[in-house]
Amino acid sequence: MKIDPIHQFNIEPLFTIGHIGNHTIAFTNSSLYMLVAVVVISLLMLASGTQLVPGRLQSVAEISYEFVASTIRSTAGSEGMKFFPLIFSLFMFICVSNLVGIIPYTFTISSHLIVTAALALLVFFTVLIYGLYKNGLKFFKIFVPHGVPIYILPLVMFIEILSFFLRPVSHSVRLFANMLAGHIALKVFAGFVAMLGFSLGAVGWIGGVLPLALTVALTSLELLVAFLQAYVFAILTCIYLNDAIHPGH
Amino acid sequence: MAESHGGAKSPAAGAHTEADGGHHGSGFPPFESSTFASQLVSLAIFFVVLYVIVSKLALPRIGGAIEARQNKIEGDLAEAQKLKDMSDAALKAYESELASARARAQAIGNETRDKLNAQAEAERKALEDQLAAKLAEAEKTIASTRTAAMSNVRGIAADAAGTIVQQLTGVVPDAASINAAVDASLKG
Repeated sequence: MKIDPIHQFNIEPLFTIGHIGNHTIAFTNSSLYMLVAVVVISLLMLASGTQLVPGRLQSVAEISYEFVASTIRSTAGSEGMKFFPLIFSLFMFICVSNLVGIIPYTFTISSHLIVTAALALLVFFTVLIYGLYKNGLKFFKIFVPHGVPIYILPLVMFIEILSFFLRPVSHSVRLFANMLAGHIALKVFAGFVAMLGFSLGAVGWIGGVLPLALTVALTSLELLVAFLQAYVFAILTCIYLNDAIHPGH
Repeated sequence: MAESHGGAKSPAAGAHTEADGGHHGSGFPPFESSTFASQLVSLAIFFVVLYVIVSKLALPRIGGAIEARQNKIEGDLAEAQKLKDMSDAALKAYESELASARARAQAIGNETRDKLNAQAEAERKALEDQLAAKLAEAEKTIASTRTAAMSNVRGIAADAAGTIVQQLTGVVPDAASINAAVDASLKG
């Protein structure tokens, strides 16, 4: 019995869709779980009732709606509601795919840096393009903080510009690393149970209670992390968009 | 951090995937660039689909339900306020009606009492007048009776005096001297 905590991140092509240049474009297990996330979100938002007194499913849909809406209003103001569909899509996509990924034998989309980087770059370019479109050159005021003495302004501007362009990196790596590390830890501890049992027999199975308990505890922690990382991704998106809406703050 | 982790694990994972499918180059799946194109294409497709569903269908639907509820609650509150105002107005009307009815009842009571008092007073006065008249008449009767009685007394006294004188002296006194004597004694 060998623990292989990396195997769960493998991309397995299910069937080939086509070719772009010399890249084969396949429908992979990752694509499948993206589809699952889209279907789950659509079912939640479209199959729930629109009654005056909401049922359980409708309550979940409405709580998600209110939650994202209040997050946007509190961080980016009411003008940020323009981006409500984008932030809602991001939050629900990440949250649902993270939660689905905790189920054993499933695949976690956001454990791949390319996916989180694509989402982070989407946010980055949305901020950049909307900021320039709405504010023109005033957008660059975000690099010049108020009240900074002139002699250290170049340094501050350099740091501001650097941090602005590093945003997509931290934005994507945070989500990716959290999901990756959490799933590896889960797999390692769960693997200990089987490994102890198969190598030490009865003593091992009894000794396996401890890693099993840890696995259960880690699973609940991962549930929290799954939601929290989606929330962090969404709220950072709001904060970045706030720069585009109100530069110079 | 993740990279070093992946690097440490890569030999085992590489061996495994090699045995599994054999189409994975490096050991750590998140850094296998051959899978990037597939992932990016499916992410683009599914995220756009999700965005369209969310922006065109899901959010208007849920937002509409929330707004409808909000409107319903506000409408119901306004309706309740209206009904409350109406009931307050009705209560006020009832109270003022009650107060005026009470005042009217008081007025009617007073009027009736005054009328009855006046009537009783008049009756009493009539009765008193009647009684006074009767009393005066009775006094007149008494006076006349007494006058008559007194004149009778004089006759009786004259007769008695004549009889007494006749018994004592044996002579019948004349009437004029007896009357003079009786008048004198009656005056005395």
